[in-house]
Amino acid sequence: MKARVLIRPKEGILDPQGKAVERALPALGFEGIDNVRVGRLVELEADDPAHLESLCEKLLANPLIEDFEIEEIEA
Amino acid sequence: MRFGVLQFPGSCDERDAIAACGRVGEAEMIWHESTDLSGVDAVVVPGGFSYGDYLRVGAIARFAPAMEAVTRFAADGGPVLGICNGFQVLCEAGLLPGALLPNEGRKFLCRQVDLEVVSADSVWLGATEPGQTLSIPVKHANGRWFAPDQTVDALEEAGQIALRYAAGQNPNGSTRDIAGVTNEAGNVMGLMPHPEHAVDAALTGSADGLEIFRSPALATA
Repeated sequence: MKARVLIRPKEGILDPQGKAVERALPALGFEGIDNVRVGRLVELEADDPAHLESLCEKLLANPLIEDFEIEEIEA
Repeated sequence: MRFGVLQFPGSCDERDAIAACGRVGEAEMIWHESTDLSGVDAVVVPGGFSYGDYLRVGAIARFAPAMEAVTRFAADGGPVLGICNGFQVLCEAGLLPGALLPNEGRKFLCRQVDLEVVSADSVWLGATEPGQTLSIPVKHANGRWFAPDQTVDALEEAGQIALRYAAGQNPNGSTRDIAGVTNEAGNVMGLMPHPEHAVDAALTGSADGLEIFRSPALATA
């Protein structure tokens, strides 16, 4: 299967990258944008999707500071 | 006391770590593919950008063959010190609590800071006293140590908070100004500041980092 893993900073954890983007927006004329959070997107192909969850917990994300979602994009 | 200093692709402080260890004992480099720690009394996981810091700092280095050996060494009570990237690797490996996040102010920082010894109970701070100040430089972009509040409470209670940045000197926004922590047994310690860059007062203005490298020999004496 082909899958997409979306990893983002956990709720409540300061995301300096998101803050920097948020602060840059008014200078470009984009008003009213709040709570910008920057994460990572990992695309992969897996022979056996059963391992995806544990692979995410062990390597792709650090569950202490990040949440992740696995999205199947092609069986 | 014979130190083994790990070297990953992307490490950059391993030579300074060898030189620092060499001032208090003997030291050898251990390539990341080696699992042989025989003859080594203490391990240093040095600073740098192991495996390019790809994915997340320390995330890939924790799977290095040498880290399997270090994990066994630590479980047997062997002294292990993680400096900067090494601290990040030890947190990712689960040998130390917490995780290291990008600095609050986003900038790469390089400056001398004062550290306060909070608990001197660990193998790596036995040469110091609680309340003592150590002047040691930091240089990092991902040094904001974080753990959930209830975890930090428990660590404080257990004496696992080893070092704090002195009042007003927290450079990265770390939780409760924490600069270094230990495992429960006190044989593994990680810190963001670089004691290996503070071993020669004539060169860098402070030799306080030597206190850390001197400590494990005192523990085994």
